[in-house]
Amino acid sequence: MIRLISILAGLGFAIAALWSFGKGAYVVMTEGMGEQSAEYALHEKVRGPEGGFSFDGPVGNWDRQQLQRGYQVYKEVCSACHSLNYVAFRNLADLGYDEGQVKAEAASWQVPGIDPNTGEATSRPGLPTDKFPSPYPNSVAAAAANNNAIPPDLSLMTKARKDGSNYLYALLVGYGEPDPAKLAEYPEFETPTGLYFNKYFPNVNIAMAPPLTADGQVTYSDGTEATISQMSKDVAAFLTWTAEPTMMKRKQTGWPVLGFLLFATILAWLSKKQIWSSVKPRKED
Amino acid sequence: MSFSWARQYEPQTGVTKWLDERLPLPRLVYNAVGAGYPVPRNLNYMWNFGVLAGFFLVLQIITGVVLAMHYASDATVAFAKVEHIMRDVNWGWLMRYMHANGASFFFIVIYLHIFRGFFYSSYKAPREMIWLLGVVIFLLMMATAFMGYVLPWGQMSFWGAKVITGLFGAIPVVGEPLQVWLLGGFAPDDAALNRFFSLHFLLPFVIAGVVILHIWALHIPGSSNPTGVEVKKESDTVPFHPYYTAKDGFGLGVVLIVFTIMVFFLPNMLGHPDNYIEANPLSTPALIVPEWYFYPFYAILRAFTFDFFFVPAKLLGVIAMFASILIWFILPWLDKSPVRSGHYRPLFRIFFWILMADMALLFYLGGAHAEEPYIMLSQLATAYYFLHFLVILPIISQIEKPRPLPYSITEAVLGKDEPAAGTKPAETSA
Repeated sequence: MIRLISILAGLGFAIAALWSFGKGAYVVMTEGMGEQSAEYALHEKVRGPEGGFSFDGPVGNWDRQQLQRGYQVYKEVCSACHSLNYVAFRNLADLGYDEGQVKAEAASWQVPGIDPNTGEATSRPGLPTDKFPSPYPNSVAAAAANNNAIPPDLSLMTKARKDGSNYLYALLVGYGEPDPAKLAEYPEFETPTGLYFNKYFPNVNIAMAPPLTADGQVTYSDGTEATISQMSKDVAAFLTWTAEPTMMKRKQTGWPVLGFLLFATILAWLSKKQIWSSVKPRKED
Repeated sequence: MSFSWARQYEPQTGVTKWLDERLPLPRLVYNAVGAGYPVPRNLNYMWNFGVLAGFFLVLQIITGVVLAMHYASDATVAFAKVEHIMRDVNWGWLMRYMHANGASFFFIVIYLHIFRGFFYSSYKAPREMIWLLGVVIFLLMMATAFMGYVLPWGQMSFWGAKVITGLFGAIPVVGEPLQVWLLGGFAPDDAALNRFFSLHFLLPFVIAGVVILHIWALHIPGSSNPTGVEVKKESDTVPFHPYYTAKDGFGLGVVLIVFTIMVFFLPNMLGHPDNYIEANPLSTPALIVPEWYFYPFYAILRAFTFDFFFVPAKLLGVIAMFASILIWFILPWLDKSPVRSGHYRPLFRIFFWILMADMALLFYLGGAHAEEPYIMLSQLATAYYFLHFLVILPIISQIEKPRPLPYSITEAVLGKDEPAAGTKPAETSA
């Protein structure tokens, strides 16, 4: 009885699923699979920087000079619009700055404070314990200043996008004009006013104006030539660090753990073999 | 229960003797997972996954309790609290990555444990109750994992919660009030986050309780084995300790090596980047998907795209998704073949591997964009899924001619066996 009911129920589910399949197939046959949009055709797969990043792979490590350069790019360019809410000035010690340098760096930023005499809201130089200040007092102000598009917080940006470090680099160097050959197939495509064409952005029209526009936009103190590609790579590395400051500790902890487990597993295998040897049938030939 | 030849616990010291007469806890452990539990001697490595699932349950509870010490289930700070754990809490990043990947590994070992049960028909008499309790554990795990994924309060947390609780809205008449009642509002917010945290903390202990029942029920008939032939005498078994503690120890080592590689070198591979964006009710992600271990059931949910007579497509999807797991409850009564092991069932074995391929396809489709050809493929895969359990299994168990079984486990292992007095050996295969 139960099997009869189940066979009927099973046929019911299968027919209902195939009903959807049939109707869907009919739509595809009569109307086709739907046209590819211009945005889809003009979008390009993310390409990371030449040679990759120093922190790639299980043994990669930070390049502290690069992180410092990337921090400089963030400070002089990105921080005009983008916050870094989850990062504190004290974290900059990871970049190779000593205690005095961290204090000086923190003091070079103005953070919200309270006047000790009147209690009124004011601003004061930052302390190492402070977090990076936001460029706008609130999201309404951020939207108002940016054509209604709120600049996202950058702390976690490289983890919040697929293949984030490479994506960020590609995005920063990806501004320009659409490929004319592809554009000819989509004559109606145009980038709306207030948006900018970027072939690596998911729908190719991004609200962020090109932030890095000229070589030498920042002046690196370590003498590295500040090309657009170099600045993009450096800031992508810096924002990889802000997204996961503990990344090196993670990778460096992983190796001894793995070594211990390999050793323990070999021992476990040998003891398993030893214990089972008394009951395993001997191969007779 | 136990087999008559099971070793008896004998306290060796004054202290254990004193304890044994008052609270025989060491005796319980000895009989449950010690030398007092005789286990078939021919178990293969597919029998490791029960112990491994137990390991990951304990790991999830330990890491979870530590994470809860640093977390707050308030929608305004939950996301920042998780970042606080990642950045400022000593070894917090390790706890969180172990917990997030631990959930995935828990599901990996559970799926292998369940598929082992499918192939060797571990659900058949006299082990139906073990199977039923196992399905209950799986359902509790799904609820726990779903609510746990909401806690970081990222974009996928929020939209996943909205979509999944929205399923209840498809139920006729009571659907919408039920959805509002479950969420404590019209959309996921503080009320939902708080209750999800509370339940996410509670349910693992409920799971632990059902696991105890699962193991208790297991010890009544004893473990099944790859031949499907029941234990007949002492030479068919070995004591759980040291034989299977050693074998499970090795299996645990292998799984932990893979787990370590994921936690330390690829910790976000099984997650979704969108969950590193704080929840925003005003911005819908381009693709809303649950965690990977729900993909097959999500694919079934999305497979129903057209109304079927008077049943709306959405309701059909919801019914099919829940039914896809609930039908496992009646599996022991659908598959009536007297032979347990798939090794001796030529027809069953073919359909078992088709089911595995079908499940693999559903895994893939559940994470894909809702566009053709993925929708049509998921409709075919869904149809096979239900046909397999509800139609094919009952029919092949009637028409199939199984291959001859070995007389005993001992014979299967050693190639020969002395039949016990008064019984005739069954015909043996070459």
